[in-house]
Amino acid sequence: MAETLLDIRGLNVRFSTPAGDVHAVKGIDLQVSKGETLAIVGESGSGKSQTMMAIMGLLASNGRAEGSAKFQGEEMIGLPLGKLNKIRGAKITMIFQEPMTSLDPLYKIGKQLAEPMMRHRGLSAKAARERAIELLKLVKIPDPERRVDSYPYEMSGGQRQRVMIAMALANDPELLIADEPTTALDVTIQAQILELLAELKQRIGLAIVFISHDLGIVRRFSDRVAVMRTGEVVETGTVADIFANPQHPYTQMLLAAEPTGRKEPPADNAPVLLEGRDVDVRFTMGGGFMGGKKLDIHAVDHVDIRLKEGQTIGIVGESGSGKSTLGRALLRLNHGTGAIRFGTDDISEASRQEMRRHRRQMQLVFQDPFGSLSPRMTAGQIVTEGLLVHEPQLSKKDRDLRAIKAFMEVGLDPATRNRYPHEFSGGQRQRIAIARAIILKPQVVVLDEPTSALDRSVQKQIVELLRDLQAKHGLSYLFISHDLAVVRALSDYIVVMKGGKIVEEGSTDQIFDAPRESYTRELMAAAFG
Amino acid sequence: MLRFVLRRLMSALPTIFIVVTLSFFLMRVAPGGPFNLERPLEPQVLESLKRAFLLDRPLIVQYGHYLWNLLHGDLGPSFIYRDFTVAELIAKSLPYSLTLGAWALLVAVFGGIAIGSYAALKQNSFVDYAVMSVASFGITVPNFVLAPILSFVFAVVLRWLPAGGWGDGGPANLLLPVISLALPQLAVFARITRGSMIETLRADHIRTARAYGLPTRVVVIVHAMRAALVPAVSYLGPVAAAVLTGSVVVETVYALPGVGRYFVLGALNRDYTLVMGTVVLISVFIVVFNLIVDILYAVLDPRVRYE
Amino acid sequence: MSEMTQALSEPTVAVHGTSLWAMARHRFVRNKAAMASLVVLIVVAVFSFGGTWVYPHKYDQIFSSYVAVPPSLDPYPLEDTLEQVMQTAVERARLRLDSFDADGTSYTARISSDKPVDPRATRYLDRPDEFEGAEIVSTLDDGKTVEVKGNINGQYFPFGTDRNGRDLLPRIMVGGQVSITVGLLATFVSLIIGVTYGAVSGYVGGRVDNVMMRFVEILYSLPFMFFVIMLVVFFGRHFVLIFAAIGAIEWLDMARIVRGQTLSLKRREFVEAAHAMGLSNWQIIRRHVIPNTIGPVVVFVTVLVPKVILLESFLSFLGLGVQEPMTSWGSLIAEGTTGMQAVPWLLIYPAAFFVVTLFALNFIGDGLRDALDPKDR
Repeated sequence: MAETLLDIRGLNVRFSTPAGDVHAVKGIDLQVSKGETLAIVGESGSGKSQTMMAIMGLLASNGRAEGSAKFQGEEMIGLPLGKLNKIRGAKITMIFQEPMTSLDPLYKIGKQLAEPMMRHRGLSAKAARERAIELLKLVKIPDPERRVDSYPYEMSGGQRQRVMIAMALANDPELLIADEPTTALDVTIQAQILELLAELKQRIGLAIVFISHDLGIVRRFSDRVAVMRTGEVVETGTVADIFANPQHPYTQMLLAAEPTGRKEPPADNAPVLLEGRDVDVRFTMGGGFMGGKKLDIHAVDHVDIRLKEGQTIGIVGESGSGKSTLGRALLRLNHGTGAIRFGTDDISEASRQEMRRHRRQMQLVFQDPFGSLSPRMTAGQIVTEGLLVHEPQLSKKDRDLRAIKAFMEVGLDPATRNRYPHEFSGGQRQRIAIARAIILKPQVVVLDEPTSALDRSVQKQIVELLRDLQAKHGLSYLFISHDLAVVRALSDYIVVMKGGKIVEEGSTDQIFDAPRESYTRELMAAAFG
Repeated sequence: MLRFVLRRLMSALPTIFIVVTLSFFLMRVAPGGPFNLERPLEPQVLESLKRAFLLDRPLIVQYGHYLWNLLHGDLGPSFIYRDFTVAELIAKSLPYSLTLGAWALLVAVFGGIAIGSYAALKQNSFVDYAVMSVASFGITVPNFVLAPILSFVFAVVLRWLPAGGWGDGGPANLLLPVISLALPQLAVFARITRGSMIETLRADHIRTARAYGLPTRVVVIVHAMRAALVPAVSYLGPVAAAVLTGSVVVETVYALPGVGRYFVLGALNRDYTLVMGTVVLISVFIVVFNLIVDILYAVLDPRVRYE
Repeated sequence: MSEMTQALSEPTVAVHGTSLWAMARHRFVRNKAAMASLVVLIVVAVFSFGGTWVYPHKYDQIFSSYVAVPPSLDPYPLEDTLEQVMQTAVERARLRLDSFDADGTSYTARISSDKPVDPRATRYLDRPDEFEGAEIVSTLDDGKTVEVKGNINGQYFPFGTDRNGRDLLPRIMVGGQVSITVGLLATFVSLIIGVTYGAVSGYVGGRVDNVMMRFVEILYSLPFMFFVIMLVVFFGRHFVLIFAAIGAIEWLDMARIVRGQTLSLKRREFVEAAHAMGLSNWQIIRRHVIPNTIGPVVVFVTVLVPKVILLESFLSFLGLGVQEPMTSWGSLIAEGTTGMQAVPWLLIYPAAFFVVTLFALNFIGDGLRDALDPKDR
């Protein structure tokens, strides 16, 4: 075994909050050897990020760390700021989850890259700038001589993350802490960034602590894995061991949380329920009454789609591909053009009033379980709101009974129906949103990334719930997602979108097992390695 | 840069025009006039006065005449201070207001930003609470209460400073007026800066700067301060215009010969041209300082330049 | 698996949740400064509005005997001044004062003349504010000397009187009524205009929003204080005009806040969900937009009330406020300013009430903001 670089013993992190102390990290032990990649895996709130923040002296002002964390023999916990600043940015560097905000928006990236080099190695401004250009070349930013004078806002998310990596490598550190470095990026960009990190690691031979919730990435990228749960390390081991032979039930659960199963396609002669022909949506951004530059966005570019009864179409694509806009256009929730038929009715030109009677048949579930529930209404009120419109004859008591039924159906305790959204967890909120949709007994439900904001284990439960509801009520789903694993488990037909157009479509098996287009293959490679 | 400045100035002209027009007609449709004195004038004298000031002509002619003169930089004669033109009155009193205002502005801006930043860095400490209590006192107590009370305490009771008058314009004469004028604004600047500083210090890019071993001094001054100044700068425009063009209250309480009193005096005496003159002066100041604020914005935040 | 269905024997019994309002109320009640300020504010309001019913002196009642007397907890007249006052009164009746005794609430005076004293002369003795109920108790010396008993009319001026001999205390009460009323009414005016304008602009959006907000921008760049002063100077110092003018300026901020709120709400997913469910525009506004806008509006109103009170007082300070003998705190402070060497209490008391009220309003505003701030959730 190689020399130990970072040795964490009995590390505790506590945050004092108005509601009392929160014990975020509970006396954990972890070791990182020279040159190895240790992945710390866990769901949100497991304390995986706070462990590293504590070592770097970056805890929020209400947080405090106890215990020991020795870096090359030097105790990091409680190290005076002056000494700590000799290590941070020089021997240990860090990249963060949010590439859009982690760089100072007010300074050119060249200056931001140069700053730590000038500080730690005493480079002159000129030398630092030259080294910055070199580093940009190393992280494969095109045209580095010119880009060194760019501001962060002039770069894409992926490029900014590359700049962060360049900054992290500038002083030839011993240890790089990567805190969910690809979570905020699209899958194809994600793959490129991971590839870059792996390549650089090979070349430079530094140790990496890789914090992630994504087991797929961890498996491909790291040597050892530590699984964290509610502030404790439940299991550590080599990647091979952990994935092949997980000991702890939580690890087993995490590994099993990958959604499984496939959906059988509906009968060939099943009637078409919702059809869009030549659907086209454009937006105008900016520009106002008194001029200003207008930006035309062609969000959905002449798309045809047909959803049969009992079918689930998975619409996949990266951010900006127009998949959500297409879903809303089919429900006539935005201003698109094209022929849209629901059953036998042409609803392309239906007015708001005319649409109202169709609305109960076509429902929508959103990505963000926090934003899609009105914070000032009880869960019961939220779930039964649609009944006010579509079954106004119901008495208050009848509505309450329906709410109880809907709650039970989505696996929520009906006794909680007088609670407010903020009193539920993310998964529970998504169940409320689903209850709101199905209480109206719809035929079509558009699911817009319904599992993306949830932890893997919760995700799996929601997938199961959606599957059960479909079987029970004969629902048709339009399932919009960037998460290919979930899409594969739920859909029988896949539409791949990019830049507003359909790149490829076909049955799930066909798309996943034999993609024809290079873009689809790229997506698959990024998602499944 | 020059084009930007010119474009901004051009787009401000309609605003000034609207202000001038509104004020002009608002004043003229109101009952009363400059020569409705307690002791009525002889009819002939009144006639000749009216003729001299064009008051016998239709309103629209007077308006056109005023605009034409304004375009040539002529603000007209004062109706009440008959030996002076409005321009002379302003020229005579503006330097006093500018001196007083400039000091007050300096104290308010630099004092407010320094205090606000310091409080933000020591958030929830005793210093923070003390500073913010003083700030909320400054915001709550308007200068028409503060000025008389300061004057009462320091001039009447303690007799440390003169109660009023410009004197030689030295520190003794200026101290109380500057404090009265500056304190409420200083408090606002301190509050704004503290708020934006606390928010900025929590930002991701500040965490990055700390993670890369930059000393606190650099993190605060180079990275946090610049972002935190933006909200304070946007408040700077209206405050600068208001403070520099004289404060009626402070000039009245401390008996200073500034330009601030002329508006109220002019309005009370129906001195049309004097009121219009002060309105134009204020409008120009507002336009100029809004422009300066825009330029400062562009200096502070490169994203603004991009547009 | 806490999220899984639990078998329930009695599913219709539901636990009660804590709404955001309840949480906000809880946070507010825990805020000591805000609660104390609320109490102070209620005391000031009761003092101002109730006080004039209870207090014996009227705000415009002139006590010519007590011009600019300093505040005192003892009743006026002060005993050592009484004999002098009686002397003057007796001389007015062309009589002589032989002796005078005062004992707190009543006096005994012996008055003589060369001729028999006319009993009606007692009326002269009642003329000063200090005395009342003069009665001849005994006649001596063939009526040339009389003994008169009467009551000393004790007047309390705990805050002193102004230079017209009016009691400052009821004037502060009335001033408080005017300031608070103007503050509330003008805020109400700006609330109505601002909320309507902002909600329409934000909800309709698009070109209408652009035009409406451009208009607000133009208004913003006008020196409004000047227009208010002009309005008040030229069209008279009418109570209604003052608060209408102030309300008409202050709606701009309100409109911007409400518009911003509405715009961001419109983009919130729960509003889109309501659309998808087929709710009408009006239902969405009523059920989703208004309840979520109330918080920021309430906070802004608590900021606005002290601002309006300040503006009104500023106008009053310039002598442009309500007309005499009505008064407001601003006018009282202005009066106090002019004579603070000789009669400092005329400045100190109104200023104290004014500042305390503004402080209370500010603390309540801060407390409400902390309680309702969505960032806190």
